Amino acid sequence: MQVLFLLEQVVNGLVLGGYYLLIALGLSLIFSVGGVVNLAHGAFYALGAYGAVEIAKHLGFGPAMVLSPVAVALLGILFERFLLRRFYTADPILSLLVTFGLALVAEQAIRMIWGAAPLPFAMPQAFKGSVVLGDFLFSRYRLFLLAVVALVLTGIWFLIHRTSFGRVVRAGIQRPDMVAALGIRLQPYMTAIVMLGVGMAALGGALFAPISNVHPAMGAEIITVAFVVVVIGGLGSFWGVVLASLLVGVVRGITIHFVPAAGEASMYILMFLVLMFRPRGLLGERIEKFE
Amino acid sequence: MTSRRDLLKAGTAGALALGFPAIVKAQSGAIKIGHLTPLTGFLGALGEYAVMGMKMAVEEVNAAGGVMGRQLDVMSEDSVNPATASTKAQRMLERDGVEFLMGEINSASAKTIMQVAARNKRLFLQIGARSDVLRGKDCNRYTFHVDIPVTVMVNAAGQALAREGHIKGKRIYFLTSDYLFGHDLAKAAKAFVAANGGTLVGDELTATDTTDFSPFLLKIRQAKPDLVATNLGGNQVTNFVKQYAEFGLPYQVAGFNLNTADAWSAGEGNLAGIWPTVWHHDLDTPGSKAFVAAFRQKYGKPPENHAWIEYVSLKIMAQAMNATKSVDTEKLIKYFESQAEFDLLKARKGYFRAWDHQLIQEAFPFTVKPKGQAKDKWDILAFGAAVPAPNQPLESINPPKSQNACVL
Repeated sequence: MQVLFLLEQVVNGLVLGGYYLLIALGLSLIFSVGGVVNLAHGAFYALGAYGAVEIAKHLGFGPAMVLSPVAVALLGILFERFLLRRFYTADPILSLLVTFGLALVAEQAIRMIWGAAPLPFAMPQAFKGSVVLGDFLFSRYRLFLLAVVALVLTGIWFLIHRTSFGRVVRAGIQRPDMVAALGIRLQPYMTAIVMLGVGMAALGGALFAPISNVHPAMGAEIITVAFVVVVIGGLGSFWGVVLASLLVGVVRGITIHFVPAAGEASMYILMFLVLMFRPRGLLGERIEKFE
Repeated sequence: MTSRRDLLKAGTAGALALGFPAIVKAQSGAIKIGHLTPLTGFLGALGEYAVMGMKMAVEEVNAAGGVMGRQLDVMSEDSVNPATASTKAQRMLERDGVEFLMGEINSASAKTIMQVAARNKRLFLQIGARSDVLRGKDCNRYTFHVDIPVTVMVNAAGQALAREGHIKGKRIYFLTSDYLFGHDLAKAAKAFVAANGGTLVGDELTATDTTDFSPFLLKIRQAKPDLVATNLGGNQVTNFVKQYAEFGLPYQVAGFNLNTADAWSAGEGNLAGIWPTVWHHDLDTPGSKAFVAAFRQKYGKPPENHAWIEYVSLKIMAQAMNATKSVDTEKLIKYFESQAEFDLLKARKGYFRAWDHQLIQEAFPFTVKPKGQAKDKWDILAFGAAVPAPNQPLESINPPKSQNACVL
């Protein structure tokens, strides 16, 4: 019985890890290609959630889940074009400061527009409740969430690994100078990567809005988790981020099974252990420009 | 006809008054008051209401001529965390020249401000933090407490739960927030459950930054309790009830802490169970009705319990200053300890207990209205009758001296 309970936590942790992945993958891509740690990533996550709440009032739940991330992705284009672009070759401390500042501005702007009190938001009645598969309990909504994550993930993998777009991006991570020498401008690719990255973060926010608080500081809550996942997974590796997200979710579940109070601390302990033995992260590649 | 010159003069005077309100007030010798409350973090939503209630009370007092002919000048700031709260409290007393301190919701921050108050021998009206130890083991003679302590919350919700047969002979699962307030709440709740014949089958701590409760929900299902009782703080409760509804577990839910703002933000159909509160906007007293109407007029929404408590707290201070004709800490302490009565907009008046400085007042249990009965999005809660009942002494739901370690 005990083993079964533990296994249930592992499976549940995998589902949660899938959701972390949605936010961490974009952060990792932007970091890998542009060399910028986007500390404002959480702000786009929060905007995705607030956008979903607003759109759902007028158009319903389904359109909100689609339109809010798309709108935020478009905002991401402006963010890249007018802000991020200036910092690719600058001292990393500058991009850290500017994205950190932007995160603070965004949080306060949300507080001024929507107020500090969390917004109420509920999922359609049909999603409520759980299903028992074998011996495991799943919430119906999280199964839906998992399906969306799998779909997005497959799409991103295909884009990065099977298209000419992805070839340039992968080359750009390792050898931006060579890409430039071949006469390819990386900038439009970077715009697309940022658009995709913040769009995924917004999708994460929209999907999590019905089951958690929609409040101004929600971005700050998630950016820490996403950052830890990226560090554990290692830079430049698609599968590294996937592995790290799932691992963080599972380790958290197992920790809560045995020592509930340490649940939120578990990922930091995991990060500590991984960095002790693999300073580049689990599957991190050696990237010349960051050495 | 008004000349252009007159118009300009009037405009300049208006702009000056708008631009330099502090100077205008300072000239009439305003009474400065320091107000600290969390405006960010997991209690930030409650702090926002607290500031709204405070502002409204200050405007009313000042419009009526102030206190002893002097205007009140309240500086409200984000207390952030226990360390920042104590630094800001010290700065307000030392550099900003405030006469006394008010505020707080976070029990851990309230504790550090209490230490600052004692060190500086200045009054601190501790408004919104509910931990028992603040008015128990850690009490000091410079601090008075307005909000109900956790024992009262446990008694208010617990008596309603016991009446409906959810405690006696039942298997109860506790989920507790891992900080001062949560621990205190769990301690009081455990004593209540044991005294009323319930059995604890689970007792778990969760970090205050927990946003995903799914691993805990799985553990609850594995334990198969009759009742899930939460001792959570701030917006954690909202996260929990949203995800509890998501998983659709069949066990009865209740909790010993839920602020109205967090109940409002749970979303339609997500909230269930029995909870306690210190005040609610449906309360049928002339005072509360007038306050709710004025608040709605000013802010376009009903007041939450933290707006009410900040509002009455400032009125309490105004009454005390008027009665003693002073802002002197010693005189104010003496007045409060005389068990003077205060209008709390409730059916019964309140007073501070002299030996632990706790405001003694009524509390209320509440449940959730059945679907379709809510008039608007604020009208989702069904409030129960006041505890203690009108024929019982007000003090009966508070911890008696024999159970309270406070020595002033």
